[in-house]
Amino acid sequence: MNATEKDLPQLEESFIEEAERIISQYPVSKRSASLPLLHLWQRHFGFVSPQGVQWIAEKLDLEPIAVEEIATFYPMIRQRPLGHYQFKVCRTLSCALAGSYEIFEYIKKSCKTVNEVGHHVYVSEDGKFSVEFVECLAACGNAPVMMLNEEEWMDVTQTKIDAILNHLIREKRKEEF
Amino acid sequence: MAKAEYRLILKHADEPGYTVDIDCYLSHGGYQVLKKALAMPPDQIIQEVKISGLRGRGGAGFPTGVKWGFINHEKNTKPVYLLCNADESEPGTFKDRQIIYKDPHQLIEGMVISAYANRAHLAYIYIRGEFAKGAEILEKALAEARERNFLGKNILGSGYELEIYVFRGAGAYICGEETGLIESLEGKRAYPRIKPPYFPAVLGLYMCPTIVNNVETLCHVKHIVEMGGAEYARIGTPNNTGTRIWCVSGDVNKPGYYEYPCGAITFGELLYEVCGGIRNGNKLKAVIPGGSSAKVLRADKKYKIPKKKEDGSTEIVEMGLEDIPLDFDTVAATGSMSGSGGIIVMDHTRDMVECLRNIAEFYAHESCGQCTPCREGSLWMKKMLDRICTGGGRPEDSKLLLEVANHIAGRTICAFGEACSWPVQSFVEMFGEEFEAKQRKESSLEILEPLTNRTA
Repeated sequence: MNATEKDLPQLEESFIEEAERIISQYPVSKRSASLPLLHLWQRHFGFVSPQGVQWIAEKLDLEPIAVEEIATFYPMIRQRPLGHYQFKVCRTLSCALAGSYEIFEYIKKSCKTVNEVGHHVYVSEDGKFSVEFVECLAACGNAPVMMLNEEEWMDVTQTKIDAILNHLIREKRKEEF
Repeated sequence: MAKAEYRLILKHADEPGYTVDIDCYLSHGGYQVLKKALAMPPDQIIQEVKISGLRGRGGAGFPTGVKWGFINHEKNTKPVYLLCNADESEPGTFKDRQIIYKDPHQLIEGMVISAYANRAHLAYIYIRGEFAKGAEILEKALAEARERNFLGKNILGSGYELEIYVFRGAGAYICGEETGLIESLEGKRAYPRIKPPYFPAVLGLYMCPTIVNNVETLCHVKHIVEMGGAEYARIGTPNNTGTRIWCVSGDVNKPGYYEYPCGAITFGELLYEVCGGIRNGNKLKAVIPGGSSAKVLRADKKYKIPKKKEDGSTEIVEMGLEDIPLDFDTVAATGSMSGSGGIIVMDHTRDMVECLRNIAEFYAHESCGQCTPCREGSLWMKKMLDRICTGGGRPEDSKLLLEVANHIAGRTICAFGEACSWPVQSFVEMFGEEFEAKQRKESSLEILEPLTNRTA
């Protein structure tokens, strides 16, 4: 990783302020802010790039490897972009009993997510959609459960998926006009 | 008629019109118990919690008062930290979610009281990353509490100072293990720490005495201070005090969360009356009683339960699964555990080998990779189950599965070793005939619905 200052994306003032606010919550050790800053970076840029790791490391006076090892440990932190709309379907027992594998296949088919980019992770050709299996989302009483980006969806059915996709496509068209 | 719920923790959670706003909480008597607590000496609160018999609701069921008692405040010179474990990562469990999403101030009040009792001035809520909305709700609730002086420098004029922050995890099950949680909060990989020391109360966050309690546990503290430890102990049965929130999922007609005093309801009453019976009129086959790490219980088996008689002696009673009361000790006597209260139900159409394969995949994915038996064993078991389920099973596989599982439990730094081997041990022991039939590739099992329609 040879990221230099000029490779860094232009960071807005508000981003840096938010980073400072987060760091202030860990008065004993700045290092504790590593994961929160990775979350912040990912929320802004969609994934954590080597530049992101570098920036966070500098901010926290750490070696980049100390941030990198966190970024690669936690499943939610991504090192590459995924779809604009990310479906995360729960795979674990209660959801599987309620048909989450069928839901997963249905989303895959409906969104034409044909490229397998990782274990249980699929992205559509145009990069708009991605579908992945995740482990227990702690809403087992409403299985099957999924997340669409950071939003939680309960009691998912194929009809619900159709409605969600129709809505997303309409929204997308509006944006294009 | 199903037995009525006794809602202590979830009293207001589902009331129409009840919101997460602080004004709503205050109009329901919120933060009154905090006022009472701040007028008590901290040791008296610890004493009340001890008297209450409160046991941790995260899974292990360890007495909270005893945990708190590990810190010697007379000798201790280091700062004390309080951590709320809101990772809720045990599959089958969704109770803490109800508290966080619907009644966050109850948790905050419980936390301020607990932090005051333990002389902590800094506390964190470690919330699972997937609860993005929950983290937002908590952040807002904490800001409101700060504004009203329930948090900050001089809480309600008592001179007591406390700050609470939210820390979001990022999808790792192992962060529910308290020392893994601490490592994660320190900005490291969530590798659980070597024991001893057995309790973070000795060495925890930043190598300082730390108390780690589950969300529900901290809420119970509020009610204990409100009603007094002795009064609280009258709810439930001896050594199994208070209420518990049972989360039911799987093959029942009405899955959901139900709060009852410990021991007040049996598996049969819960599944057939409260949850409306098994789906499609099917027969009950198996129950995982306390989150996916708990050993599976077979519905048609008799369990030997020690029962205290009136003269104080103990007799062994044979009980069917449906007659077993839901508490800590009776469920433990079956050889399993009530763990986090996550009850997963499977009916007679379910293929138990497929169910175990699903659980094994979870543990193979979630092993943190620190200890060899767990890292290698969890994946090995998953691969064996994959091949059994896809027609490549070998006659010796169930024996080998047991052998691998037996070599993990007790040989790892944290309890994940047990968590990943108990399901394998219990499924193979309880449903051996299904594994053997599948290994022999007998077709008699084709009537069972496949859990997945994938090809591995």
